[in-house]
Amino acid sequence: MATAKLKTAIDGGVRPDQPKPGPQTAEIIPLKRAEEGALRRQAGRFGAWILVSVLPPMLTVALLLLIWQLAFSGPGATLPPPSTVWKEAHDLILQPFYWAGSQDIGLGWRVLTSLQRVAIGFGLAAVVGVAVGSIIGQSIWAMRGLDPVFQVLRTVPPLAWLPISLAAFRDANPSAIFVIFITAIWPIIINTAVGIRNIPQDYRNVAAVLRLNSAEFFLKIMLPGAAPYIFTGLRIGIGLSWLAIVAAEMLTGGVGIGFFIWDAWNSSRLPDIVVALLYIGLVGFILDKFVAAAGRFVTRGTAAS
Amino acid sequence: MSRPDVTNAPYLKLDHIAKSFQRGASSTEVLRDINLSIADGEYVAIIGHSGCGKSTLLNIIAGLTPVSSGAVLLENQEVNSPGPDRAVVFQNHSLLPWLTVYENVALAVNKVFGSRKSRAERDAWIRHNLALVHMTHALDKRPSEISGGMKQRVGIARALAMEPKILLLDEPFGALDALTRAHLQDSVMEIHARLKNTMIMITHDVDEAVLLSDRIVMMTNGPAATIGEVMEVPLERPRKRLDLVEDPTYTHARAGVLEFLYARHKAPSIAA
Ligand SMILES: Nc1ncnc2c1ncn2[C@@H]1O[C@H](COP(=O)(O)OP(=O)(O)O)[C@@H](O)[C@H]1O
Ligand SMILES: [Mg+2]
Repeated sequence: MATAKLKTAIDGGVRPDQPKPGPQTAEIIPLKRAEEGALRRQAGRFGAWILVSVLPPMLTVALLLLIWQLAFSGPGATLPPPSTVWKEAHDLILQPFYWAGSQDIGLGWRVLTSLQRVAIGFGLAAVVGVAVGSIIGQSIWAMRGLDPVFQVLRTVPPLAWLPISLAAFRDANPSAIFVIFITAIWPIIINTAVGIRNIPQDYRNVAAVLRLNSAEFFLKIMLPGAAPYIFTGLRIGIGLSWLAIVAAEMLTGGVGIGFFIWDAWNSSRLPDIVVALLYIGLVGFILDKFVAAAGRFVTRGTAAS
Repeated sequence: MSRPDVTNAPYLKLDHIAKSFQRGASSTEVLRDINLSIADGEYVAIIGHSGCGKSTLLNIIAGLTPVSSGAVLLENQEVNSPGPDRAVVFQNHSLLPWLTVYENVALAVNKVFGSRKSRAERDAWIRHNLALVHMTHALDKRPSEISGGMKQRVGIARALAMEPKILLLDEPFGALDALTRAHLQDSVMEIHARLKNTMIMITHDVDEAVLLSDRIVMMTNGPAATIGEVMEVPLERPRKRLDLVEDPTYTHARAGVLEFLYARHKAPSIAA
């Protein structure tokens, strides 16, 4: 592989149509050629990235927009086509951070408000979930007793928690945060527990020979040992949080992106809803990639070996 | 070379050790009536066919596996839980993959000497032990970035760094190629000569056992395995593998072990 690249780099430097370098000495010619080759290689890699990762989704989006436009252009269409969305709601796309009064704000602000709730709810779920999962993973009987219960609770949809939550907290904001918490926590608990169970006996033996106490064992063996599993749980959890926030905000009101959709629906602003969906999808995508990247960073080295 | 006195005050004593594993209602007797005394500074190899219970015996000495009956006595004190005075070099290195070479050794050193040595002293001690196994060039590498032989070296450095009374090695070179293995055997002999610590090594390699050890403990086949024979290896140290090829003591010892393993106590699969 490396030699093949080197070869193209050298070949690339001796194109016959190039004028022969004049006063340069023999020593620096290979260096120049190598540099040139490296540049070209980099450009080639960028081109390949565009071709493989950027072009296909762009084409897909263009095609979908076209189909959507054609399908909803006729008279009597129930949904707005992309052209109408752009005509009526392009300010929402172009100005995410405008501010003109407490309910007339850009979608960027609304997303940030929602993200703040997610940060609190998901943060709590992460801390509690990892702690509870670690305890459960340590005991085969806790695992046997609790796992089925969690598997059932896990499937309860976010919105189903809302009435209970509203009744308990009697306030919209803590209720929304609780719904996120309770939605996100199950995969974190379950994955952490499985990760702890799967820590190889060898690592436990090392800890035993060193006489690590339980705090040291937790921080130095359990957390890093189970990190790949924990991050799988966190990644599922952040996705569920984002699902839950929109649902919860639709009912609890406020300035979040979820309530914006509900509000737009009540005042028949369908193009606004379409733009809001776009925001939600993109933010959810970014959150997922962010947690995945954090996981890759923390567990570098752990997955291998 | 003066042989340590074994008869008077055994440094390590395995006293009528038996071990059965319970699985549900059934129970398998793995070890039966193991008696052995080991002197301070002695190098003992344990050899036997696969599955006879060598690892179980080593884990019992380490305190990782409880005995069913009998006792392990270290300096006349019963030991029944693991501790850094009996450091283990595990068969598959058991380095923590998320820590670098340096950090793996540091974990042990900081735990064992955290209160007794200053930060600078600990750093020097970590580097010293990695230098003993010739691994100072890879301090910041993770286990996945170094070869199998290097991982085993780091595992040895980690165990040595605990300054154990006894170093327990479970087939430490079993997974390595012949050249790397010879290299590490020389390293271990060099370390043993320098530190004069007590070492118990499991192996299935007859040459390795004869080359390294003062005594070879040969185990019978399981179930209910026990010590079949203990053979002295009266070879002068330092030993050089090339000089030994023709040495009559060496060939005699080697023949003795081979005879035990392949004539009198064939592996169950071979015997059948
Ligand atoms: N934790 C355990 N539970 C049940 N049986 C075990 C356990 N550990 C080892 N054994 C059994 O004990 C016997 C000896 O195993 P081991 O000590 O690993 O052998 P060796 O190291 O000599 O190859 C094997 O038959 C194995 O199946
Ligand atoms: Mg074994």
